[in-house]
Amino acid sequence: MLTFDNISYTYHTKEGETTAVKDLSFNVAKGQFVSVIGPSGCGKTTILSLAAGLLSPSSGKVERGGEFAYMLQRDALFPWRTVEQNIFLPLEVKKCNTPQMREKALALAEKYGLKDFLKKTPSQLSGGMRQRVALIRTLAAEPEILMLDEPFSALDYQTRLEVCDDVQSIIKSEKKTALLITHDISEAIALSDKVVVLSTRPARVISEHIIDFGEGSPKKRRECGEFSAMFEVLRKELGI
Amino acid sequence: MKNLNYSREHIAYLKKQRNKKIIVNVSRVLVLVLILGIWELCAQLKVIDPFITSSPSRVAVTIAELYNNGTLFYHIGITLAETFAGFIIAVVLGYGIAVILWASDTVHKVIEPYIVVLNSLPKIALGPLIIIWIGTGYDAIIFMTVLVAIIVCIMNMLAGFIAVDKTKLLLMKSMGASKAVTLRKLIIPASFPVLINTLKVAVGLAWIGSIMGEYIVSKAGLGYLIVYGGQVFKLDLVMTATFILCVLAGGMYGIVTFIEKKINK
Repeated sequence: MLTFDNISYTYHTKEGETTAVKDLSFNVAKGQFVSVIGPSGCGKTTILSLAAGLLSPSSGKVERGGEFAYMLQRDALFPWRTVEQNIFLPLEVKKCNTPQMREKALALAEKYGLKDFLKKTPSQLSGGMRQRVALIRTLAAEPEILMLDEPFSALDYQTRLEVCDDVQSIIKSEKKTALLITHDISEAIALSDKVVVLSTRPARVISEHIIDFGEGSPKKRRECGEFSAMFEVLRKELGI
Repeated sequence: MKNLNYSREHIAYLKKQRNKKIIVNVSRVLVLVLILGIWELCAQLKVIDPFITSSPSRVAVTIAELYNNGTLFYHIGITLAETFAGFIIAVVLGYGIAVILWASDTVHKVIEPYIVVLNSLPKIALGPLIIIWIGTGYDAIIFMTVLVAIIVCIMNMLAGFIAVDKTKLLLMKSMGASKAVTLRKLIIPASFPVLINTLKVAVGLAWIGSIMGEYIVSKAGLGYLIVYGGQVFKLDLVMTATFILCVLAGGMYGIVTFIEKKINK
């Protein structure tokens, strides 16, 4: 669904050039939830931008098998729009604002418990609720791949666990492919089918781990014995 | 009291707040009465020369005279029209230019030094040029008003556009939004509070511009009355026009604040 094939990317500034990513290869299969973790400043956001096509690689090729949508660190809801209007934003921008698409988006919002909030403004919602609205907005234009850029980092710990569960179950039940960028090891293990570990800059792949223990929810997975073992493995690979 | 179940302490608190407000409002009026009173008294007792300083009663008489010969609202109307026209043109044009500068980084960089210089230039220095180029009609005064107010409109709005949350911009970009769509869906609504703020500043500047314009070239208006009054040593006229200006400027600011409150509700 999404393939990075020998990607390199170099930043150019007045001070000089920095190779952020070098010979990076990995792939995300259809319906898979893949996390990319790495030490801070290793160019994670660059990888997401490359994946989304916001940046084009200096060399190598990114193959995308479908439409994508981006979920950001902060919810970035527009305060002057109601929840409903926020959810419709991608439809308006992508010029697919048809009654059918609107209805589908609303059905999605209702399915995931936003029915009573549709006419409210974002400021009337809790942090967790806002992030849920952001996810529904991300899903509104029916993308096949979701790119998540540390979408939980702005939340407090309790809300974070809750939203983490929330987002994972919604993405799974909608059968979407997802690429999550994070620096949080436990989040990566709890959420994904596969974890890709990156080195320091210039980023390359150190290892890939398939995670298949713990049924269903991230909550259950965190309770598994394998969880802390995997955490240790990844921690060592990251050198923290 | 909306709620009779308030605790005694809360009722006392509300009462204190209300009393404070009353004291402030009454004091404001008292200060005005006091100033006018002392001014009048000093003039009556010849402590100061009312020929030079005028006095509240003489201002009142002058207003009545202007009203009786039918020129009071004529002069007020002309100055108001010039100020208002200049204000609207400056805001609309300034907003448009800010949009262009926002849309193109290169144009922004090219134009920036000119805006900075134009901003620091005392616009009155352009007076003779304006008269020669545009003439001595109302359009010259409106031009001066626009000139004084527009730079701040451009700079304020541009700063507002640029300050829009980067995360929201990235979101728009990730959805493949064009500049025009980003402008319409994000930049314009997000910078709305900046627009209101700009309107407030522009109102004040428009008054400066129109009166300055009337000083340089005019046949009517409050600025004209002030200059004319000064030339023929009719200081009652100068004081009267100044007083009317105070009332009008306060009123116009009040209208903008009122609109702001209405919108923010």
